[in-house]
Amino acid sequence: MKTKRLNPGARENIIGYSLIAPAVILILLIGIVPIFNTFSYSLQNYVLSKPKDRGFVGLENYVYLLTQDKYFLISLWNTLRFAFFSVILQLVVGFIGAMLMHKATKGVTLVRAAVLIPWAIPGVIVAQMWSFMFNDQLGVLNQILMNLGIIQENITWLADSFWAFVAVVLTDTWKQFPFVALMLLAGLQTIPHELYESAEVDGAGKIRQFVSITLPNIKPILLVVLLFRTMGALRIFDIVYSMTGGGPANSTTTLLLQAYNYFFKDLNYGKGSAMSTIIFIIIMIMSVIYIKVFRSDED
Amino acid sequence: MKKKIKIGKIFGLIFAVLFVAILVFPFYWQLISSFKDPEDLMMMPTEIWPSRFSLDFFKNVFSVHHFDTFLKNSIIVSGFSMLFSILVALPAAYAFTRIRFSGYKFWKNFMLLANMFPIIAVVTPLFVVFKKLHLVNTYAGLIIPTIVITLPLSIWTLVAFLGQIPYDLEQAAQIDGCTRLQAVCKVILPLMTPGLFSTAIIAFITAWNELMFSLVFVTKNEWRTVPVGITLFVGEFTVPWGDMAAASICATVPIVIVVLICQKQIVAGLTAGAVKG
Repeated sequence: MKTKRLNPGARENIIGYSLIAPAVILILLIGIVPIFNTFSYSLQNYVLSKPKDRGFVGLENYVYLLTQDKYFLISLWNTLRFAFFSVILQLVVGFIGAMLMHKATKGVTLVRAAVLIPWAIPGVIVAQMWSFMFNDQLGVLNQILMNLGIIQENITWLADSFWAFVAVVLTDTWKQFPFVALMLLAGLQTIPHELYESAEVDGAGKIRQFVSITLPNIKPILLVVLLFRTMGALRIFDIVYSMTGGGPANSTTTLLLQAYNYFFKDLNYGKGSAMSTIIFIIIMIMSVIYIKVFRSDED
Repeated sequence: MKKKIKIGKIFGLIFAVLFVAILVFPFYWQLISSFKDPEDLMMMPTEIWPSRFSLDFFKNVFSVHHFDTFLKNSIIVSGFSMLFSILVALPAAYAFTRIRFSGYKFWKNFMLLANMFPIIAVVTPLFVVFKKLHLVNTYAGLIIPTIVITLPLSIWTLVAFLGQIPYDLEQAAQIDGCTRLQAVCKVILPLMTPGLFSTAIIAFITAWNELMFSLVFVTKNEWRTVPVGITLFVGEFTVPWGDMAAASICATVPIVIVVLICQKQIVAGLTAGAVKG
């Protein structure tokens, strides 16, 4: 009887909430509740091997990480420079790829298929593929560079701080730029063709068309991709984990790898939790910016 | 004028070939390395096209490294994570696109935030709880956390696909006497099939690629999934490059084939959420 008297709005509410309830409850249970646990661990001196010393220490872990811990600061610096170089490289290569696919009349299917390969391969396998190519003795890259006369002797890619960093950036770029290319291609396809035609009539050259039509129209999606990829780069884990393990001499240790090491090598849940809370806050701030800036105009 | 166009076209072609070559070469290299004779793989200068083929590495993969166990684990974990995510995501995605309940915008953004979640922030508390519940070294212990990643992703992809289906169709069916549920089953689901399919593939691949959970929630090697399994190949003094190449070919070729067949839907699914039409 009562349900019949419900106004349509209340009915919609009941249906709506019961349909999203399973998803929301699952994410709350496996995602959100543990976050509070992590936060509470981060305020404790919590080392698994020293259960007697466990206790509340306030913000001590955070203060230690931000002011004294050289591993945290190194991994932060590595992550930032990694994000900077890899995201720029991915955007440039991805943009070229998107333009190629957009312009091409034949073979688009082939290129699009090729673009999906790196996306579909697990990061660990990508890392292993590239490690073999980067190998100083058996690697095909040294051989190619040697044959082209670019290098005179083998580069010990993964044993050298500088080259290991370069190798990680290149590997991640190969894995991630296809996503950038596909997103930008989708953006390019939304630009009405008439804009180019009328620009042609007005006598605008190709470069002028690119600057005044392509760039402004693709700017929103370019910014979305930039934000997405920056968040992705800040979370890099599997490629460094299996390619360099953070070495040599911590030159490729990233935030996530260092947090992982605190948890599962040092068994220091306090410091590891403080570190992952910091990572969580950084990512969430960026996500909120994304929602506020890019999705605010949604219905 | 004509000459100019021709030069531009040639440059475009060279760029395109170079682009595809960079994309495909690492995969090609892995493929031929896995079929090389073990002796030839260690030979320098290396052969760009092998002079003889061998299946030795593939034999090692299954007889020495027991890769079939990792493959089986990965298929089970990714398959169930995908199925479960789709089942839970579909009603939620329907609610987000068709029903204007109060606070729907908040929960939609909540799902978007969940989609960007850094999983390192939940790994340890989950491990502590899983240990108490005896979920460490079980399939459930791998599937449950994987859902945190695949569920929001599935919701977002499905929302994008559902948004493309006109609401009028459903209303018309309801005017014709269908209930809402009938309208969904008879009108929306058939139209959704391609979208559902590509969401399933994207969710499966995302679960397949997941490394951290299999590292953390599993302590025995017989429960490891493919990404961790491959890292276990590395010996104390040697790296069996050929075996690893063969293993990664086993783990990626089936997926690459599916991806190539369904590339159109997958591209639509990957980009649909981000580009507002």
